[in-house]
Amino acid sequence: MWRDLRVLRVVVQVLAVFVVGAMAYVLWFNLTNNLRAAGLATDFDFLTQPIGVDIPGSGLSPGAPIWRALLVGIKNTLALVVVGIPLVTVIGVVVGIARLSTNWLVARAAGLYVELLRNIPPLLIIFFVFNAVILRFPILQESINISDLLIINNRYLAVVGFTAQPNFGPFLLILAIALLISAGVWWWRTRRSERTGEPHHRVLWSLGVFGVVAIVAFVALGAPIGLSRPVLDGRALEGGYVGLASYFAVLLALVLYTASHVAEIVRGSILAVPKGQTEASNALALTSFQRLRHVVLPQAMRVAIPPVISQYLNFTKNTSLAIAIGYAEITRLTFQTIGNGQPAPQMIAILMGAYLVFSLIISLLVNVINRRLELVTR
Amino acid sequence: MTIETPVFEESVVEVEPARGPMDWVRKNLFNNWYNTVLTLAMAALFVWAALALARWLLGADFEIIRVNLRLFMIGRFPADQLWRPWVATFLIAILIGVVGGSLAATARDRAVEAGLPFTETTFRQVLSRFWPIIALVVVILAFTTTITPTLLTLLAAALGVGAYFLGRVLPRAVRRWTWGLALLLIVATYLALAGFGGLGWDDWGGLQLNLFLTVAGIMIAFPLGLLLALGRRSSLPVVRTISVTYIEFVRGVPLITLLLAGAFALGFLLPSDVRPGFVTRMLIAITLFEAAYIAEVVRGGLQAVPRGQVEAAQAVGLPTRTTMRLVVLPQALRATIPAMVGQFISLFKDTTLVSILGVTELLDATFIVNSQSDFLGQGLFVVTLAFAGLVFWVGSYTMSRESRRLEKRLGVGER
Repeated sequence: MWRDLRVLRVVVQVLAVFVVGAMAYVLWFNLTNNLRAAGLATDFDFLTQPIGVDIPGSGLSPGAPIWRALLVGIKNTLALVVVGIPLVTVIGVVVGIARLSTNWLVARAAGLYVELLRNIPPLLIIFFVFNAVILRFPILQESINISDLLIINNRYLAVVGFTAQPNFGPFLLILAIALLISAGVWWWRTRRSERTGEPHHRVLWSLGVFGVVAIVAFVALGAPIGLSRPVLDGRALEGGYVGLASYFAVLLALVLYTASHVAEIVRGSILAVPKGQTEASNALALTSFQRLRHVVLPQAMRVAIPPVISQYLNFTKNTSLAIAIGYAEITRLTFQTIGNGQPAPQMIAILMGAYLVFSLIISLLVNVINRRLELVTR
Repeated sequence: MTIETPVFEESVVEVEPARGPMDWVRKNLFNNWYNTVLTLAMAALFVWAALALARWLLGADFEIIRVNLRLFMIGRFPADQLWRPWVATFLIAILIGVVGGSLAATARDRAVEAGLPFTETTFRQVLSRFWPIIALVVVILAFTTTITPTLLTLLAAALGVGAYFLGRVLPRAVRRWTWGLALLLIVATYLALAGFGGLGWDDWGGLQLNLFLTVAGIMIAFPLGLLLALGRRSSLPVVRTISVTYIEFVRGVPLITLLLAGAFALGFLLPSDVRPGFVTRMLIAITLFEAAYIAEVVRGGLQAVPRGQVEAAQAVGLPTRTTMRLVVLPQALRATIPAMVGQFISLFKDTTLVSILGVTELLDATFIVNSQSDFLGQGLFVVTLAFAGLVFWVGSYTMSRESRRLEKRLGVGER
């Protein structure tokens, strides 16, 4: 009976469940006992206690509850991800194409960039950017000020921003309507081009319509958007868009690092496109730009997407390295909260949960895009 | 009337113009207007970068590295125990030599058996493959203040070369046990550092610790990863679910969260009388992290084994376990070698993360030395970071080139 495969299968699975369950039980038993012995909470009620530290650039007081601080941390992490991923894509694709350039010097420069950056630990790049670039800027009181459009010092970077003036609401409404109209123009041009065969020029047409409406509305409503110039007021910057220097250090370092990996993927994917496709495009007398845009890149993209997604996920996970230079993203805030004596197991569970959710969302988003790009085979 | 014979040769064969360096320049740098612009811009950038680098190299004060070289390399290893890292270096040189020599001999034998041509690796090839490492060793030795380290390094190199030729001439029966010898040498290396009143790894530091965490992390995580990969491909739903959950959970979180857990939460999960040292806890976190990634690497290798292999094994009546051990795993694991090297490189870079939690590995040492009273507030971070960056770059670059070479040789992805 013991050599019966059906019995063995059940026995092995029951054993596996038992072993994992026993391990989980022992860990849980130790955890609750140890937490109690240390006089720490075993639940998540501590999240309503005050954070106890100042979070730069957040506007939260040290008295704010921990859960609010964690939300700020998540927002700061997302600020890196949302800006970083498009930058990584653009730089990665450009450098990847440049590595295959017929221009020897350009190909060499791109190769040097890739081989230099991807073989250095990202944490070291972050430290390097922070120490060699950001901290070289003058202190706050001696900020570089470019005619009130841009203020840079070693703690902040502020650029001129926009503020709402009277009539801002109606202006937004008109812009929304203009967007709808230009979408209609797009659709009309596409259809017309399909029927008559004349070039559609739909980008020009829709942008033109949108631009004309926007300019007319802007003038008619008496400038509903005004400029907000950054002002150095004693020890603080006001107006405009103000970003922390540590944010830009992490962003720059991680974008450069991840883009070097993406460039390698792009290069490999372009090389994976059959040579006949390039030769066929040349036979049709396509320019090198048309060849890339309409023939090579669309095919290379399908090969590149899965490994590039995993680079996006790596970028998201690597934003946790911002902890090292004190940018207040979620890992940094978790670290600080633990340092203030809050129970570590719960805090780390929340932290891991947050990253799992980030990873899941990115995977889902990109899977949707991937499905739309998939080859429709008949 | 006369009929002219058509002349085929001249009209069909395109005569290649004589190709001088000027033609090459015209074709590769200035073939149209935007390439000309790009070339000029790039050339300007290169010249500027080279000048800036040269000026920095000439102007920078490297005293901080000269004084702290030992801290960078081996952390706070006591001065009277310095013979231990040196003995370890000798043993590692012998290990690399013997394994390299025996692998080369095996490759030669295989080629001869198959009747294929076998080309000996020339000294020039070795130079072109390993110049970054040789250059790094020279740079590091240039920072030493006495002659002893140079002599000892030369001795280590000599031992390595000697071991290589020993590995080449070992009879085949002995060569089959090279892996056992390698294991013995690894244990001996550890004993040389830690045994008989030495220093356990919880007190190690510098580059030595980065290397230890990488090697130990991969070696301990490998069996775990193998089990997880087999579990993921198991036909038992429960085993599969457990493996997939673990792998996807770990791959969804950054390493730093696991290191934080190792530093602050692991103590709560263990019985109150078990208190592993800090580096040990880091190593546990790294191992658990790496196991999930190795599992995926091994899974890739398992998928690369054609189904026909398993079916053939079943056809000759091999039981499942024997099929795995003798047919699937040998082929799968060979296919994973390049990806494993990639994993090794990324872990080597990731070991810098323990510096965030205050472990004195190489990157952390670059910050410690900047707070010494002699160098405080002089902005020497760039110097020390550049040094650490060079060490990591050389290691990762050489390994990644070797892995690409292996990939080509093994023909992975071409079958």
